[in-house]
Amino acid sequence: MSELAQPSAGIVVALVLSAVLFTTGLVGFLVRRNMILMFLCTELMLQAAALAFIAFGKMRGDTGGQVFVIFILTVAAAEAALALGLVVLLYRRRETLSAEAWQELHE
Amino acid sequence: MTLPSLMLASVLAAASGDAAGHGSLADAPIVAATAAPELAWVGWVLALPALSAVACVLLAMLRVRNKLPAAATVLALGGAFALILKLYLSRGPNAAPVIVHLWDWMNFGWGGGDWKSFQADVSLYIDSLTLLWMLFVTGLGTLIALFASEYMESERGPGYARFFFGVSIFLLAMACLVMADNLVLLYLGWEGVGLASYLLIGFYYRKPSAVAAAKKAFIMNRVGDLGLAVGIWLIWVNYGTVEYGELFQKLAVGGSDQGGWDRSLIPFCLMLGAFGKSAQLPLFTWLPDAMEGPTPVSALIHAATMVTAGVYLIARMQPLFMLHPDAMTTVAWVGGITALVSATIGMAQYDIKRVFAYSTVSQLGYMFMGLGVGTAFGAAYHVFTHAFFKALLFLTAGAVMHGFAGQLDLRRLSGVRKVPGFGIVSWTMLVGCLWLAAFPYSAGFFSKDLILVQAMSKPQFQILGWLSLATAALTAYYTFRVWFRVCAGPVSYVPGEEAHGDHGHDDHGSQHHDDHGHAFHPHPPRLAMNGVLLLICLGAILAGIPGIQALRGQHNWVQEMVYASTAVRAAGVDHVTTPVAFGMDPHKVVSVFGIAASLGGIAIALWLHLLDRRMADRIRTALLSNGLTRWLPVAMENKWYFDEIYHALFRLPLWVASHLLHFFDRHFIDGVLVNGVGRVPTVLGRLFQPLYNGALQGYATTMAGGVILVLAWVAWRWLGAGGAA
Repeated sequence: MSELAQPSAGIVVALVLSAVLFTTGLVGFLVRRNMILMFLCTELMLQAAALAFIAFGKMRGDTGGQVFVIFILTVAAAEAALALGLVVLLYRRRETLSAEAWQELHE
Repeated sequence: MTLPSLMLASVLAAASGDAAGHGSLADAPIVAATAAPELAWVGWVLALPALSAVACVLLAMLRVRNKLPAAATVLALGGAFALILKLYLSRGPNAAPVIVHLWDWMNFGWGGGDWKSFQADVSLYIDSLTLLWMLFVTGLGTLIALFASEYMESERGPGYARFFFGVSIFLLAMACLVMADNLVLLYLGWEGVGLASYLLIGFYYRKPSAVAAAKKAFIMNRVGDLGLAVGIWLIWVNYGTVEYGELFQKLAVGGSDQGGWDRSLIPFCLMLGAFGKSAQLPLFTWLPDAMEGPTPVSALIHAATMVTAGVYLIARMQPLFMLHPDAMTTVAWVGGITALVSATIGMAQYDIKRVFAYSTVSQLGYMFMGLGVGTAFGAAYHVFTHAFFKALLFLTAGAVMHGFAGQLDLRRLSGVRKVPGFGIVSWTMLVGCLWLAAFPYSAGFFSKDLILVQAMSKPQFQILGWLSLATAALTAYYTFRVWFRVCAGPVSYVPGEEAHGDHGHDDHGSQHHDDHGHAFHPHPPRLAMNGVLLLICLGAILAGIPGIQALRGQHNWVQEMVYASTAVRAAGVDHVTTPVAFGMDPHKVVSVFGIAASLGGIAIALWLHLLDRRMADRIRTALLSNGLTRWLPVAMENKWYFDEIYHALFRLPLWVASHLLHFFDRHFIDGVLVNGVGRVPTVLGRLFQPLYNGALQGYATTMAGGVILVLAWVAWRWLGAGGAA
């Protein structure tokens, strides 16, 4: 603990927000069955991680965190397009958005 | 440049020379071999067959369908023969041995001194024994390749090139074997001729029996070759060299049998190799089966040249064998008994080529007996004469087979002599038969006589001598059984099943195909085959000249060659002439009984197989119907059950063991070890499979729960550590 710099109040707030976002995403992912909502929840978790990057970067006085977030956003945009496309295709097959419709994939 | 002209020239040269008694030659000190770099051109003897082998491969790749592969091979072999002839004429029959170093092969040392270095180079050891062998190997090789150019013509295309490739590498390996200056290079050639033999026996690779015969020959030879390999290793361990020149010097100085037990094992190891290659008891059963190959191969490899490699090995290693009298005795007895056993089998075979194959085994037995009883001259002379008359017999058998659509059963051929176009074949076959039967004053008679005289003149070998006289009578009988059945008598024949010769897949004899069913026309040999038969026949006749000289007590060419060889000189071979049974000179006894045996055998064959052909069957039936003698024809027709005995002794136990091991492998190694271990993850997987229910949220919960657990554990450890600090 002693090697790390003491976080300022703003950083603590950012980290708490990040934790709240992540928990929201996680809980949402676990309790909802709608695939679009589940996908949005994963996005929430991703952005929570991005926020934590910025916070820790700020704490260490390192711009690397922010640079990384730019990349995360880019990748997230691409991945969102892909995932939404998949969801649309899955919907077309079963006429439902419920994740339970695809339970037999476990084999 | 023909072989007969060479022989005449050399015989005349020998006769005009001032002949010294061979006793003094044998007593002469060993002449050390000297290096002869100016003879480097002799290396072309090896290079020419190698080049023709390459040429055959290229021609096969270019899909050439004419006779070019045969032309390349005949030219190369003829060139090699011409070089050997030039070498012989420039050196004379009894020049000192020379070593021609071609290039370094294995040459390394670890400290210097004896047993601290190893040298085996590609060098040639040229003495009269080498030259004697090379003269008939290359000379007959050329003629047989020429014969094959016509005999194999229905195979034109890749098969034709493959055949002549085999012949070329055979000659390359044989030259390597005979001309090597060390045992390792000899071994290379030894294996090379084995490979060539395998490839050529299995030439008709679509025929299961040919493939089986090729495998049998190869595997049986492996047994013998193991003996040779161990023998060479023991020679190095005991004498610190594998080079002939050095080895003979050491043997001469080393005197008698000092050293460990392994030293006395050496000749027996070498013997095993020789017996394998030369088809002697107990490793002889591959040779008759080797007749599955095309007939020129039988003539070249399995009658005239390769099978004499064993005789060559022992003749070359004579100084070593002379130090071990038991080894010599063993060689003599194995040879004598093989001669008798295979002669009895040969009497009861119906396939012409098989009769000749057993006669080859039998004659090789005589050669080994000659070596064993101490007449390297007799053995080498018999090799020489046998090479001619046996090549002749095989080639005539091949010509008959070629002409009668693969028919080789002597019960189904008769009066071939009177069939148009088969005159030369029949009469040259008669010469071959007379020579093989040791008809008085033929070359075969002289060479056999020399061996028998030597056996008779040594009291311990007299029984063997009488046994061999009996064998000689059997030989005369079975040889003329073939000739009287096939060539004499009224004309009648049943063509074989193959459309043309012994060729499995024929494309050229289609006109014979058509009329095969209604009217079969024999297919007489043409110029190449007849010419070669006449040339070899002439060679066989001329091969008797040294024998006549020997009979007159004159010095002769072969004897001079053999006694001039360092090997034999170092061994101090002597011709003992002690009085023998009946108070007569052994020579006289052997001559009288030998002539009687030969003529008697021929007379019985004449009676049973020409004058009264049904008599042979009546005798057979009589023997079979009598309970006491029933076993005799059955055993002889079944080759004394050698194959069956080997089957029971070796193949069956190996078969049982392999099946037991297969069972063990299948059920323990595979079942318990491999699959058992492999099943562990499967079982574990089954255990956890219910977790994978396909519910996405279920997975996520598990994962999140796991992450939370890990985090909690880390936090607890961290806090605990922090608390402790």
